[in-house]
Amino acid sequence: MSRGLAIKLVAIALGVALVVVLGFTMTDYHQYQGGIVGYYLIAILGLNILTGYTGQISLGNGAFMAVGGYTTAILVGHHGWGELWTLPVAAAVAGVAGFLFGIPALRLAGPYLALATFAIAVAVPSLAKRFDHFTGGSSGILLPIHTGHYLYWASWICAGIGYVVAWLVLRGRTGRAFRAVRDSEVAAVSSGVSLASYKTLAFGISAAYAGVAGALLAIGAGYTNPDTFPVTLSLYLLIGAVVGGLGSLWGMVFGALFIEYLPIYAQKTYFGFAFSKQAPSVVYGLVLILIMLVMPTGVVGLARRIRRAI
Amino acid sequence: MPLLELGDVEARYGPIVALQGVSLSVDEGQVVAVLGANGAGKTTTLRAVSGTVRRTGRIAFDGQDLGRRGPEAVARLGIAHVPEGRGTFVELTVWENLRLGAYTRSRGANLKADLARMVDYFPWIERRRDQQAATLSGGEQQMLALARALMARPRLLLLDEPSLGLAPLVTREIFRIVRELNEQEGLSVLVVEQNANLALDAAQHAYVLEVGRVALDGPSEELRSHPSVRKSYLGY
Amino acid sequence: MQQFLQQVVSGLASGGVYASLALALVLIYRSTEVINFAQGEMATFTTYVAWQLGHWGVPFWAAFFLTLAFAFVFGVAIERVVIRPFERGPVLTVVIVTIGLLVLLNGLDGWIWGAEIKSFHSAFPTRPINIGGVAFSLQDIGVIAVSLLAVFVLWLFFRFTKVGLAMRAAAVNPDSARLTGVRVGWMLALGWGLASMLGALSGLMIAPVVFLDPNMMQVVLIYAFAAAVLGGLQSPAGAVVGGLLLGVMLNLLGTYVHPVTPELRLPVALLVLLIVLLVKPSGLFGRATVRKV
Repeated sequence: MSRGLAIKLVAIALGVALVVVLGFTMTDYHQYQGGIVGYYLIAILGLNILTGYTGQISLGNGAFMAVGGYTTAILVGHHGWGELWTLPVAAAVAGVAGFLFGIPALRLAGPYLALATFAIAVAVPSLAKRFDHFTGGSSGILLPIHTGHYLYWASWICAGIGYVVAWLVLRGRTGRAFRAVRDSEVAAVSSGVSLASYKTLAFGISAAYAGVAGALLAIGAGYTNPDTFPVTLSLYLLIGAVVGGLGSLWGMVFGALFIEYLPIYAQKTYFGFAFSKQAPSVVYGLVLILIMLVMPTGVVGLARRIRRAI
Repeated sequence: MPLLELGDVEARYGPIVALQGVSLSVDEGQVVAVLGANGAGKTTTLRAVSGTVRRTGRIAFDGQDLGRRGPEAVARLGIAHVPEGRGTFVELTVWENLRLGAYTRSRGANLKADLARMVDYFPWIERRRDQQAATLSGGEQQMLALARALMARPRLLLLDEPSLGLAPLVTREIFRIVRELNEQEGLSVLVVEQNANLALDAAQHAYVLEVGRVALDGPSEELRSHPSVRKSYLGY
Repeated sequence: MQQFLQQVVSGLASGGVYASLALALVLIYRSTEVINFAQGEMATFTTYVAWQLGHWGVPFWAAFFLTLAFAFVFGVAIERVVIRPFERGPVLTVVIVTIGLLVLLNGLDGWIWGAEIKSFHSAFPTRPINIGGVAFSLQDIGVIAVSLLAVFVLWLFFRFTKVGLAMRAAAVNPDSARLTGVRVGWMLALGWGLASMLGALSGLMIAPVVFLDPNMMQVVLIYAFAAAVLGGLQSPAGAVVGGLLLGVMLNLLGTYVHPVTPELRLPVALLVLLIVLLVKPSGLFGRATVRKV
């Protein structure tokens, strides 16, 4: 086998080993955080397929997370389902929602699509409050509480499945078609790629991933209410995808780590100077702008540039 | 000392080298034509002068090295560039296009007189002054672009393919006006043109570019009778 | 009938606030194709500055105009320092940068001034005024007047001044504008400065009503997006008309259509946004651009 492939396989093996080891050695609290990184990773993977591979900007994948999250919450909280059994259902429901949204979204491009998806993300908390007989209104729905360990393993196993699925989908004709759509719609159509099918398919897939992530979020938190899926969630997902490196599957790990840990680190004290509660946002915003300045193509893009320079 | 002097200018678009060392000069009061096939580098030459494209080599205007000045700064020195495709502000009115042409002129300048001059050269402007430039025909847009450049009262006019997409009658008119401006007001012109016939008529001196280099240059009458020019560009 | 008129006027007043911010968004979008997600937070920040000036004892109208001046400089500075490095790159990068700016400014507000709600003096007395036998809020009339005046002054600027023309040229055809000597970069900065002033105006007018806190403008930003899209992202007139229309429509819906509770105002605005985007993305005043394929 080629050297590049060998390196990749070794890296994957090491990554899997690391995840397994951490899953048995970290404290329960840290495993809880790790679980959060896991489901962020799933959501960002899905968003990457949509934005990185077909070039459709979405500021609303948090809304699809909400669809998955509330599906799980309703099935578990109101109908007594086992949590893990709800995951495929959450994926399916969210996936269908995404696919359906993708149909009218075909008419939108660039900033218009961004605004439309942003609108959905903003609407979710209000809609959750309004349709309270489904969603439990402002008080929300309660789920059974689990350990961080439980969330960690649920998330990372799903993330692993997510990676395999993504790899399979993207390496074949579908992946090529996706990339063709991103690079030039005109060229794609003239080579016989049906724009509509692939664009809506991408929305569906990315929403399905978000649905699973949302379901895991609900399971991990032990509840859902209108504030569980705010607009900022959608924004953070896009940020994570860009910082990781759009168009690269492996970069998404960095993206997930970034959006989970940066706010936490921004809260610590530095040089004895304790920032107030608002400082995390200031640091977050600054860091984000600087990262766009230094590595707009994300961690993966930076790694490529370094490798070329060596 | 020539008004404009290019020394060994090189320019590239990414990996593609458009100019491989072009040297030419325009004297004050001269009309100089740049001929050549598509892709020879004619438009790039003008862009190099106006600062629209990055280049190496020396470009001096009135003895002063243009250095790394961008188009805004070059415009202020008195060089007006009518770009390929005319560059009309289609969403603005005819009048607004002209007013913009005079942007670099100082406050006290007598804009009204200049606007009247433009109406003299192009009488239809008066009728269509408040119309959106997008409603003009191709020929009118070319004339408007020329008028816009002239509003700046430039010392050097860079004219890129004025005949492109225009009917022969209209093109002839444009070149007539260019000649008139040159003869009556001493306007110096560097014109890039595929229609070698018209260009050599209007110009005193001409350069022929091939693949980014000057292949031939000389006074227009000489080039007219030069065998390769006749064969490749004049068609007989 | 009385209630109808009152609701219309009240709707126009909130519409004026949305229109100002929507106009700011359109100004920036027209010249750079960037959707400035931080527009609301920039407005909040400048409103805090106004509050601070008032806190230091500066009389109201002096603080008002000082704030507008500050907002202008603030907008120019942000464009030159934060946005300029990204001007030549992909639009997605700039979008992320404006999101970063949003987060940064939101945190800065809380850090400097604290997250507690502050009250804000209105420019206009809150007593009612009687016109033709109907009682209207003087505050509402004042807000409508200020919004329309601001839009009118801006229109005069763009139509009749040399700089205004240069800005329009830079937005319409930056390459040609450069050839005529227009410093396009600075025109963009000016655009941001003016947009910032409009945002400040929006914030100053709404703060007395909803009270000042770091998240004050977030909802207004959504309404402004809806208004801008409704009017057409490239059309300044559309943004203003869209804002006023949206304000009136939301008010009337809230008053006369009972399933539409106050919490539903936002989703209704979003529904409007989505419907416009799906039916006629170029908005009421926009020209449909042909997308081949």
